[in-house]
Amino acid sequence: MNTEKIIKTLIVKKPLKLDCGKTIQNFPIAYETYGSLNSKKDNAILVFHALTGDQFVTGINPVTKKDGWWSYAVGPGKAINTNKYFVICSNVIGGCMGSYGPSHKDSNQNIFGTNFPVITINDMVNAQYNLLNHFGIKKLFSVAGGSMGGMQVLQFISNFPDKSKTVIPIATTSSHSAQNIAFNELGRQAITADNNWKDGNYISNETNPGKGLAVARMAAHITYLSKKGLQEKFGRKLQEREDLKFGFDADFQIESYLRYQGSVFVDRFDANSYLYITRAMDYFDLAKQFKGNLSDAFTNTKAKFFIISFTSDWLYPTQENKDIVIALNSIGADVGFVEIESDKGHDSFLLDVPDFLNALKNFLDKAYEEN
Amino acid sequence: MKNEFQVIADLVEKDKKVLDVGCADGTLMKFLRDNKNINIRGLEISKEKVQECIAKGLTVIEGNAEKDLKQFPDKSFDYVILSQTLQAFLNPELVLDELLRVGKKAIVTIPNFGYWKVRLHLLLKGTMPITKTLPDEWYNTPNLHMCTIKDFFHFVKSKDIKIFKSLGLNNLNSSIINESNLGVKNLFADLGIFLIEK
Repeated sequence: MNTEKIIKTLIVKKPLKLDCGKTIQNFPIAYETYGSLNSKKDNAILVFHALTGDQFVTGINPVTKKDGWWSYAVGPGKAINTNKYFVICSNVIGGCMGSYGPSHKDSNQNIFGTNFPVITINDMVNAQYNLLNHFGIKKLFSVAGGSMGGMQVLQFISNFPDKSKTVIPIATTSSHSAQNIAFNELGRQAITADNNWKDGNYISNETNPGKGLAVARMAAHITYLSKKGLQEKFGRKLQEREDLKFGFDADFQIESYLRYQGSVFVDRFDANSYLYITRAMDYFDLAKQFKGNLSDAFTNTKAKFFIISFTSDWLYPTQENKDIVIALNSIGADVGFVEIESDKGHDSFLLDVPDFLNALKNFLDKAYEEN
Repeated sequence: MKNEFQVIADLVEKDKKVLDVGCADGTLMKFLRDNKNINIRGLEISKEKVQECIAKGLTVIEGNAEKDLKQFPDKSFDYVILSQTLQAFLNPELVLDELLRVGKKAIVTIPNFGYWKVRLHLLLKGTMPITKTLPDEWYNTPNLHMCTIKDFFHFVKSKDIKIFKSLGLNNLNSSIINESNLGVKNLFADLGIFLIEK
């Protein structure tokens, strides 16, 4: 497969100083767009993807041949209506869908592996900011994203307070909790414990730490669902068998489901990228950037915020989303908030949850009318 | 729009910043935004009502007045409105204090338990009164702390809260309530509207 032809890239010439102290330049940002930019250039929405997402938001992802990760929310006539809005999304740096990451080569033509600099949410956002100049957009209509995408949304408006009219952080947090870090560490340990990981040099060693990456994905996948959702979908149902087999094959449907999720993930994702991106999430603490006062992250923006959480999301629970609302209210910012009823856990923002999609659509369309 | 909202809207000057606590479907908020250029925010506990507000393009926070008012800084709104909800709180005194902390002024409306139809209902039928402003049965009413216009009037005075304006509403007619006509208004108004400040 020749992915170079289907992946659009912007080469960022300007040096970017990373939080770790290193500077990168002449690096690629892979992006995709949907809809068209109007003549006033006031209808652009920058969408940020989550941990394992990429720039292919909707339609068929040309690399994986599966539906884009936010197909329920983005597209013609959908909540983020591409007949009306110009949607831009790019692969985060550290990622593995064309943007500068650990599978790229350094100046000596060696694959980076774990020599790639450790990046942060702040670095990701600063890199993506170059897309605004690329498209000649002075001010975005909106920045939106769920989970790690929501963290980028918060960081973006903090770094560039007058660069978006509206701000939509979904199912997210302003600071990664101990529980979040713990789950990410579990995933990283699974990858690095795989003998095929080879200290991160599996590409040059022609091995693949697929087993470790699959386990990381399986563990993470559980955190994206709710107990009730899992129970209703799988319960104790057996997988293509009448009775227990008294062995360690996948007796239960839930086991088979998780194994499948793990196996399809390794086909599309890079193990080192998983390490780098989870690290960036763990390092995210927006309040800490402002001496512990989260409100100070937003004092310079007049943007209209709309924050959305889900009842069954225990990974980024309602309270963590409300903490952002509280920080904004304490400085009199324009902020709306709704908690959507859903059994689908953290994944709710990616799924067909009509109350969520309606709220998103109504908020955007009404705010655009005020333009 | 109901007459109560018209009376409330008349109490608010143009171009102010207003918080509507228990804003329901946002009818009053929308009116204030569209007709008086009010910078309006809402707080609402019902998810369905919050969705209706979003569909009107209103800025609303899903939340509970008893817990969530504390996130707003002192005097951060010119007016805070509380329409017919005070009696439904576990601790109305605390909520009233919070309204007056967050707002430079507050507009509070209360269904009047001293209204003659309410009194007559209890006197003649001997069952809990059901009227237009008190539509629920005793077993499913959200109201925990019913009061009369007279009760509220005295309560506010005892807390050294300044009453700028108090109005009694009966169907379409609103009239000023003062110390001297309190007894009469307490009998003939089914709703009391108070503009107060601390």
